[in-house]
Amino acid sequence: MQFRSMIISNVEVSPGYRRMRMTAPPEFPAARPGQFVMVRVNEAIDPLLRRPFGIFDVGIHTPAQAGATSQPYLEMLYRVVGKGTAMLAALHETDLLDILGPLGNGFEFGSSGEEKMIVGGGIGLAPLYFLAKELVKQSPVRLFVGGKTRDDILCITEFERLGVECYVATEDGSLGDSGLVTEALGKRLAASGNKPRIFACGPNGMLNAVAGIAAKWGIPCQVSLEGYMACGVGACLGCVTPGHRHSNETPDYRCVCADGPVFDAAELKWEA
Amino acid sequence: MKPDLSVTIAGLKLRNPVMTASGTFGYGEEFAEYVDLEAIGAFVTKGLSLKPRAGNPTPRIVETPGGMLNAIGLQNVGIDAFIEKKVPFLRSVATPAIANFFGHTIDEYAELARRLDAIPEVAGLEVNISCPNVKQGGIVFGTDPQCAFDVVSACREATIKPLIVKLSPNVTDIVSMAKSCADAGADALSLINTLTGMAIDLDRRRPVLANITGGLSGPAVKPVALRMVWQVARAVALPIIGIGGIMNARDALEFILAGATAVQVGTASFINPGAAQDIAAGMATWLEENGVDDIKSLIGALEV
Repeated sequence: MQFRSMIISNVEVSPGYRRMRMTAPPEFPAARPGQFVMVRVNEAIDPLLRRPFGIFDVGIHTPAQAGATSQPYLEMLYRVVGKGTAMLAALHETDLLDILGPLGNGFEFGSSGEEKMIVGGGIGLAPLYFLAKELVKQSPVRLFVGGKTRDDILCITEFERLGVECYVATEDGSLGDSGLVTEALGKRLAASGNKPRIFACGPNGMLNAVAGIAAKWGIPCQVSLEGYMACGVGACLGCVTPGHRHSNETPDYRCVCADGPVFDAAELKWEA
Repeated sequence: MKPDLSVTIAGLKLRNPVMTASGTFGYGEEFAEYVDLEAIGAFVTKGLSLKPRAGNPTPRIVETPGGMLNAIGLQNVGIDAFIEKKVPFLRSVATPAIANFFGHTIDEYAELARRLDAIPEVAGLEVNISCPNVKQGGIVFGTDPQCAFDVVSACREATIKPLIVKLSPNVTDIVSMAKSCADAGADALSLINTLTGMAIDLDRRRPVLANITGGLSGPAVKPVALRMVWQVARAVALPIIGIGGIMNARDALEFILAGATAVQVGTASFINPGAAQDIAAGMATWLEENGVDDIKSLIGALEV
């Protein structure tokens, strides 16, 4: 659906990263973890295209004023990387945005009771909080989160509050283990001997490594991808990613927007 | 009185002049949730080839000021899958569906025109001549008047359906291209296709698109498109479908004044999936507010 949304809050959660809460229509809370929205940051033609953002959270906002009605909301966690996100960062409470969504397929939760491992790299954490919120209702959940420095480790407290056990790794060692998050994941898998289900979102290199680890241990793994997209509904074909059977003779391109953004890692073609 | 927005183009009667442009509207179905397909004049499918095509590696698109570059590489399901999987949807919509297609040899073009001619759900054909001719050293059909004449003639012989030729703007003289296509038997001309451009990532010292170059579309190209529509409309007797950066009803009406009988909305559908419908509604409002009873009275009515 397409709707006008009013910004409720837009705050920095770490240098260069912000969390925005905005109003959503009554149907919106039916969104599934892993889905995304396309946001038009202004009405002008520059920037021209919408920007895709994972849904960080959905819920019902109850204003502090007496007698005010509750309002469904959605939240986005975003990194200020370019012109569009810089404009978003400059917006304030009560500013309006044009939003398309929820779009895409969302994560499959798997069976209840089974251990879940969530792996997030930097801003890849964006769709994983909403996921964790749902998963903790049925399973023990562990979060493996990585970044270059401590500034790239976002919203850990929120995950901990859900009862999620968090493992942090930074490349410069400024928070948690020193090294890559995938090393922490590999170590934990080796130590536990369980067959958990993995959910991952982050840079391609990290996803590639996570897919490799999952394949090695023979455990199910879903990855949420990013892509340059214009439309978000499967028409522009800008955001495609090759499926595992892809070749030029037998094309197997999947749209990140309409076929994903969540894919079974085994369904994709990974660079060797 | 409600103004009359209906137009006839290449023998196709459209309830209003707003069509969706090839490559920006999938095969119709993708937008069914956002657009009342029966509130627009016609829709044009993603360009079809004989065999499925993978298209280019990514990145395939990049935003530029007031526009976007795309190098999708004509990814499509191919004619067989189109017939099997996409045509049934066309049957369910009471709006003309126009099939866009392309080839790499004249024989491929003719074969596609023949196969599309046989599909009752396809109301008309739009031939994309902005492709390299592999048998003639890769010259783009649509940039050489003789090549364009030959390919359009071959398509003309292969179909009795309305035949629209989509012109490339990447030429020195758009009018001579338009005349060649008219002489070859085109029923209508649609213009413009995207303008070839590129974007560079300075810090990485690399092109942004994997294909290096791509096609520019969006509001940035509108002045070029208007100029070309105006030039062609004055020189060729065929009806014209104006395309290029149309974002709203006013943009669309400017193309009508310049000489277009209908318009196609492309990039705007990416930003607002309901754009084509909104534009058709906005045109009706403008006509009403300005006391124009019939859109046909505005075609080519530019005062110079």
